[in-house]
Amino acid sequence: MTARRQGQGRVAAGVLALAVIGLLIGGAFFGLGQEALTAWRSALSAFDPYLVRVARFTLWQAALSTLLSVAPAILVARALARHPRFFGRGLILQLFAVPLALPAIVAALGVLALYGRAGYFAPLFSALSEERWPGIYGLSGILVAHVFFNLPLAARLFLAALENVPADQWRLSAQLGMGAFSSFRFIEWPVLRAALPGVAGLVFMLCATSFTIVLTLGGGPRATTLEVAIYQALRFDFDPARAIALTLVQVALTGAIVLALARLGAAMTGDASLPVAPRRALFPGRGEKGFNAAIILLALAFVAGPMAATVIAGLQADLGRLAGENAVLSATATSLVLSALAALLCLLLSLSLVMARRALELARAAPVPGLLERMSDTGAAMVLIVPPIVIGAGWFVLLRHFGDVFAFAPVMVVTVNAVMAMPFAMRAVRPAYDAASARHEKLCAALGISGWNRLRLVDWPALRKPAATAFAFAMALSLGDLGVIALFGSDRVQTLPYLLLQRMGSYRTADAAGIALFLGLLCLGLMFAATRWGKGRG
Amino acid sequence: MTRHDDPGGAAIRLEGLRFAYSGGAAMRFDLKIGASDIVALMGPSGSGKSTLLNLIAGFEAPDAGRVLIGGEDVTHLPPHRRPVSMVFQENNLFAHLTVAQNVGLGRSAGLRLSSVDQMAVTDALARTGLAGKEERLPHALSGGERQRVALARVLVRERPVLLLDEPFASLGPALRDEMLDLIAALHREQAMTILMATHDPRDAERLSKTLVFLENGAIAGVGATMDFLSGRRGPAAFDRYLGTRKAPQ
Repeated sequence: MTARRQGQGRVAAGVLALAVIGLLIGGAFFGLGQEALTAWRSALSAFDPYLVRVARFTLWQAALSTLLSVAPAILVARALARHPRFFGRGLILQLFAVPLALPAIVAALGVLALYGRAGYFAPLFSALSEERWPGIYGLSGILVAHVFFNLPLAARLFLAALENVPADQWRLSAQLGMGAFSSFRFIEWPVLRAALPGVAGLVFMLCATSFTIVLTLGGGPRATTLEVAIYQALRFDFDPARAIALTLVQVALTGAIVLALARLGAAMTGDASLPVAPRRALFPGRGEKGFNAAIILLALAFVAGPMAATVIAGLQADLGRLAGENAVLSATATSLVLSALAALLCLLLSLSLVMARRALELARAAPVPGLLERMSDTGAAMVLIVPPIVIGAGWFVLLRHFGDVFAFAPVMVVTVNAVMAMPFAMRAVRPAYDAASARHEKLCAALGISGWNRLRLVDWPALRKPAATAFAFAMALSLGDLGVIALFGSDRVQTLPYLLLQRMGSYRTADAAGIALFLGLLCLGLMFAATRWGKGRG
Repeated sequence: MTRHDDPGGAAIRLEGLRFAYSGGAAMRFDLKIGASDIVALMGPSGSGKSTLLNLIAGFEAPDAGRVLIGGEDVTHLPPHRRPVSMVFQENNLFAHLTVAQNVGLGRSAGLRLSSVDQMAVTDALARTGLAGKEERLPHALSGGERQRVALARVLVRERPVLLLDEPFASLGPALRDEMLDLIAALHREQAMTILMATHDPRDAERLSKTLVFLENGAIAGVGATMDFLSGRRGPAAFDRYLGTRKAPQ
């Protein structure tokens, strides 16, 4: 069958990509398994009350973070959807996209600069509570930082869902005279409810596997998550047995969550009739207008606060001296090269999987996708179950048998960061590819355009813009990542986030603030330039 | 919500109505339509058919001019305060509500229905040939049935003006005729004024008495449908728009 033949190259590329992911994850598990077998006694004894406490805290902070992010996000998204011409709406939405590109360590510093013991709000809080403000560390710090990241993300996802409500339905609601409550009940809530499991699940996963925030804002054994405990077990205690016990619990936990979410989110398919909605007929009352404006402004202040604090604190650092420092310069070069390579690898792997999935979907006769298609669909989501720290830990334990672990830092950073960014990259690339394929598949088959020619002439023009976005996203994510490098970093291989963590650790706060500003601007600039580039050519 | 116990039709008058989408060309509409008339709106894509309907329904606000329905100035009234019902080409139903609930929304936007309302819903569903399908969800209906549900809602709303924005464009010819006949039957009962945007001269011929021809955001001709379609008294631009597809004599 020609449809089958057409897809062979694409399927092969997908299989290769899955093999790379499999090798990366499999290698980590091999390392862990081997260690567990040789040191099973001490691994077993590591299942102690400490581990239970850490596991419980991991879930507890993730649940709280999800609740505090998602519930307000529903209100914010609804407010933005009902006011398509709210003053500065476009700007607010762009600002809400910033936390996505902002490195976690930069945000953590911003939160500290604002609410910390010596933060800008400390005098105010001290005056209000009539005692010295202790600063937010521990659970409160983790929650504030997680909400800072995930409220805007959830709001944007919910808003995207609301944007899919056909314009005619808004018109219908206006004609039938639905007020704010009826409109919420009949139009907005059904859409939001359909999106809720997916959004809440994503936020919960991000918070349950959040490493940097907990490392920098969590305090001591009371506020430690599994990932941070793994890192501490390997880097400080050098206790591989404990690391293995922790890793097993982490994988079991996240695996269970992902399975539960897949169950919940399985009903998320709706019939999509999407006419373009350039204008929306909405007639909110005065009371609702005021309420919505207040909601939007509150969310805006909460999100903009730590960003502003980062900028102000960063400008107070001795930027001139930092810019001339060798350590900063070499960390910048290392960061740029490694993240560019990671982004390239990420894009290649994502495109391969997206193409393979589509080719398999077209070739199958049965309505139910086969195993390979499902793997190419959700293979990238594996990194959610197996977080970067776990992969890093596995390879760390394995590689120490083959010489200097820290010498492998560049390879580990590039590969793990590439795979880590895949879910995001695939989300950017897949709709465009599937849409282009739906338009061109028959034509390509009829004209005999396939392989490289097809990629170059037919697919690439449609993919250029989303691919640029995916690349920029992956690079920004990798540039700001402090996961694998925290394990593998050393004096020889330092990235900017690693250097930042070191300066924080040695209480050189001003230096840290300066580097944070630089790193933050680098990530944002990259993002901005690449979306521009993507738009200009796309 | 104002309900009109004595339905009947209402005359529509557009006086110097001006409107432009941002970046789009200026449109201008002046039009008089008699009470209980059935009017077909025809014209090329982009000529302003949907805009004209949206202005009457209140989904768009004009830059200048007035909309009068039944002699009353409704220019500044929100959509639900206007004596108007509208049926779109698609998305007339909420996918998660049953057929009966979708119709019931026509009586109460919060679905608080009295027993009288519920009887009206049942009755409207029977008259649109949907008896027994009250509890179905829209995705379990055919395209034609979904539009019937929208018409049932029009019935329970009992508004003196009905706007149809190419409501049968996605239906086959036989279904289309069936729907047109249904609308004609509903018109005999409630005598509402009907404006229907359409591309198909057969729709106009089967249903409408009056034909309004739009071109470039303005009304280019008004007359009896038969005169236009026979090619005897319509403007030359209308004949060009129609091409060779004149209605059968």
